[in-house]
Formats: sequence, C-alpha cells, structure tokens
Amino acid sequence: MSQLAFSTLAQLSAEGGDTLVAQNIFFSIIAIIMVFSAIRVVTTKNVVHAALHLVLVLAGVAAIYILLTAEFIAVTQVLVYIGAIVVLLLFGIMLTEARLGEDQNLNNNYRLPAVITAVALLAVMSFALWDQFDDQKLPEPLFDGADDPALVEYALENEPGLFDELDPQDDNYDDQVAEIIEARASLFNGVQDTEEVSDTIFSTYIIPFEAISVLLLAALIGAIVLARKE
Amino acid sequence: MSTASMTAAALVDPVLGFELAYWQQTTIKVVLALVIVPTATAIVVQTFLFKMMAGMQSRMGPMEAGPYGALQLMADGLKFIQKELLAPSAADRRVYALAPVVSLIATFMVFVVIPVGPNGFAANLRTGIFYALAVSSLSVVGVLMAGWSSANKYALIGGIRAGGQLIAYELPLVLAVIGVVIQAGSLNLQDIVVAQHSGEIFGWGGIGSPYIITQFVGFLLFMISIQAELTQPPFDMPVAESEVVGGWQVEYSGLQFLFFYIAEFGAAFGFSAIASTLFLGGWAIPFVDLDAGIMHIVGPLVLFGKTMAVAFLIFWVRFSYPRFREDQLQQFAWKFLIPLALANIVVTGILKVVF
Repeated sequence: MSQLAFSTLAQLSAEGGDTLVAQNIFFSIIAIIMVFSAIRVVTTKNVVHAALHLVLVLAGVAAIYILLTAEFIAVTQVLVYIGAIVVLLLFGIMLTEARLGEDQNLNNNYRLPAVITAVALLAVMSFALWDQFDDQKLPEPLFDGADDPALVEYALENEPGLFDELDPQDDNYDDQVAEIIEARASLFNGVQDTEEVSDTIFSTYIIPFEAISVLLLAALIGAIVLARKE
Repeated sequence: MSTASMTAAALVDPVLGFELAYWQQTTIKVVLALVIVPTATAIVVQTFLFKMMAGMQSRMGPMEAGPYGALQLMADGLKFIQKELLAPSAADRRVYALAPVVSLIATFMVFVVIPVGPNGFAANLRTGIFYALAVSSLSVVGVLMAGWSSANKYALIGGIRAGGQLIAYELPLVLAVIGVVIQAGSLNLQDIVVAQHSGEIFGWGGIGSPYIITQFVGFLLFMISIQAELTQPPFDMPVAESEVVGGWQVEYSGLQFLFFYIAEFGAAFGFSAIASTLFLGGWAIPFVDLDAGIMHIVGPLVLFGKTMAVAFLIFWVRFSYPRFREDQLQQFAWKFLIPLALANIVVTGILKVVF
C-alpha cells in the first residue's frame, strides 16, 4: 500500500472492521495538538507566536482532511492557508510591528462581543452538522474487499471500456482484470477524487462558486481602493 | 495506461517477487529519503557550486580534499558538525531552533511524490504536483521564523524580502504548471509521465509528447519561478550579502546553518526533478515500453540525468546574471509573468478543446 490517503478506506473494506482504531488514535493526537495550539493563539503574549500556533491549527485541519481521505481538500488547505494566508499574515506583522519577547497591550476591550460571536458560530456550525448528518455514520464500503465478484460487474457498468485494452485470449487475463479491479477498489468504495470535486464545483455548486469569486474580487478591489487613497 | 494499473503493479512487487508489509515499505522509504536528499544536495553542490562555478570563473575550485577536491563536502560537513550552535542572546530561542527544521522538512516532503520508475515512488498521490507545490511553499514559514527570531535587523529585512518574493513567485509557479495539467488531464505525476510517453504532438507521436515542446512558455515560466523560489541569483535579494549580509541566515552557524544549506540545494534538486518530470518526460525514454523490466533500473538513472540537465540551467543562470532590484523583481512577477501564465492557460485550454 503506497498511498496513505488512498488506502485507508480500502484497508477498512478489506478488513471489514467497524472500529476505526488507527483513525481514532490519530484523530485524538491531532485534535489535542489543535486545541492546545488554538488556545495558545489567543493566550500567547506575542503576535508572531500566535501566528505560528495558527500554522499548527491549520496543519491539523489538513491532517484531519487526510484522515477523511479528502486528499485534494487537504492539499488545498496547506497551499492556501499555510502557504499563502499565514505567510501574508506573518509578512504583515513583521513589516509593521514584530517585537521579540512579551507584548503587554495585545488584549482589547472587545471580550464580550468576541464571546458572543464565538458561541453563535459554534451554535450555527453544530446545528448545521446535526441537521445534515444527525446520527449517520461514515458510508459503509459497497463491497467486501477487492476480490468481491460484484466489483467486476459494477466496474463494467460504470466504465464499459475498462478492460478493452486486455486480450481475453491471454493466459493472464484474469490476473490482469483482478489487478485493475484491485487498484480501483477504493475508488469504487467512495473515496473522493479530484475530478469529482471539480465536477461538483462546476455543476451543482456553480452559483455559490461564482458568488464567492465575485465577493473575493470585491474585497480585492476594496483593499486596493483603501490602500491607494490619496 | 492509467494510475490505476500503475498502482496495481505497485501492489504486487514484480522485482522482488513478494510483497513487503506496510511498515517495512515505510521504513525503507524513510531511510531512502534520509539518504537521497543529502546525497542529492552534495552532488548538486559539488558539481555546480564548486566545479562548474569555478570553471565559469576560470578558477580551479576546491582541489585539496581528495582527487580534484571530490571530498571537499566531507570536510565541510565535518566542520559544520563540530561547530558550536550559537544564538544571539536576544533571540527567541525556540523559534530560532525550529526554523531550520521547518525549512528542511518542507524540502524532504517535496521528494515524496517524485516518481523515479514504474513502481518507484514513495507515495503515488492523486494530487501529486499540487501536493509538491503546496509543501514547497511551507519553507517560507521557516524563512520568516528565522528572520524574525534572530533579533537582527538584517535578518528581519532578509526575511521580509524573502516573504514578499516567495509569495509573488508562487503564483506564476502554480499557474505555469496548470498548462501541463490541462494537457495531461491529471495532477498525478506518474500519469503526467505516462501522458508524455504515449502522447502525440498534433497527430505525430514519434517521440511521444514531452511538454517542453508544446508547453515551452510554461517551461520558461516554471524555470524563472523556481529560480526565484530558491532565492538563487538573479533573484537573491533576500540573501544579498552586500546589502543584508546573508539575510535570514546571518545568525546561524554549525548544524543549523547546514540544515538551511541542505534545504536550499536539496530543494534545487527536487524542483529540477519536478521540472524534468513535468516537461521532459520524467523517468521515461522514447521508444522504450514503460512496462519493460529494464525501466526499473534505467528509470531512476534517466530521471537523474534529466534532473542534472535542468539543474545545470538553474546554476548557469545563477552564475551569469547580476541581481534584480526589489521593485524590478516585483514588477517582473506581477506585471509580466502572471499575465503571461494566464494567457498560456487560456491558449492551452482552447487548443485542448479544439484538437
């Protein structure tokens, strides 16, 4: 098994286990690191330290995406949030005010609004998750492992040309079919693919996508207008 | 031939004839990575920084340690290891100590996805090239950490310069790759190699379709951007010794400096390998079947040869041109490279649909 993200669900389906032991252990480790770092982001007395702890939190999010086999989202998280946003944040802090050691005046008088915002956000997100998923579990794998005979039929139904390159007269025909099926088992079991992400963004979610694009463009123009005020 | 069958081949190891357990494979990969990255760095530094640079400047280069100075890096390495790790008294100790490690990890992570043969990869991620670009951008965090925590104004200025430069050139780098991704129809590096081997240039498939021909603009953009990402001259404002005495590295010594050094030149090798995978056909060679048993051995050597050719270009430019001024550098990225990269994407997209 050469791909961590690729193989998690496939392994699950092969072993048929219900308890996701490895996933749970790693989720706990990542979650503890994230919670600790998130607390440090707001309690630390140094702005740069806060930004660096934010890197840990965002990296933890990416790691959780990988545990959920959402490889594309995880990589996007790293590229956009750590590689661009936090770097810009650090860049901005260093360009303006980045003292070493402890800073005294980091807190301001907006504690109450902050608490209200945080609680409201938590409530909205919890409600959304609860409403959408209720007590659903992760989707069950459709097949028992790579040698489930139903897989061949399923593969032929969804991708009729899959075995066209092979020669049925070949002695190794069955082995070659098995190889192709085995490689695709995790795919057939619902592991998310990059193409699937792009297909959904540009079909089902095209309007929200365009709306966000316009919003970002507006923010960009707004920033330029503010910065160039003469 | 798709990734799918490639992975299937990887599951049943045809060379050894038996399958290794997951933890055994992982151990082997980790050990290999720990060996390959420093070795690659040593080869790049010895060949280009010592000997080629000396040749271009009519000098001999290191000659004392070993035949023609071949053991110079052993001597340098031992010197680095022996030196005391110094930190300024006002420095932020923890961030200061972590910064070189962050840079080094970012470099190591790039090597994970580079395919070197039919089954030769540490991880055949479906998001291959996207992953490589994402983790390579992490090294900026290490640079900014080093610049800030050194408690030195030159280090801070160097760090800020590096931050601005790396953000600016990250964009053309990513955009240059999109042309290749459109042509190959995949983010996976192994798929890109296969697509180049079996591709056709407007119907002519004599030598496959190395994307340096159809994506020449993309190749130029990619090379210019990695030159800047690696802060090699003429994009070495962040470490310009005459202005900021070495930039963010100024306070580092001994092993920590060696970490930065390996991160820099290891990344040069890693990016060269990615460039040769994206544009020169990777480990494949024309007329030789991808599945041929010989490719397990020839593949890594072919990739190494192509990588050294690309690295030669990087260092050739490095030794030939004087450095940019800061405003020229930013204007070049934002006003020239990024619009050109966007135009390249549009043209590639149109041609892909038409043909």
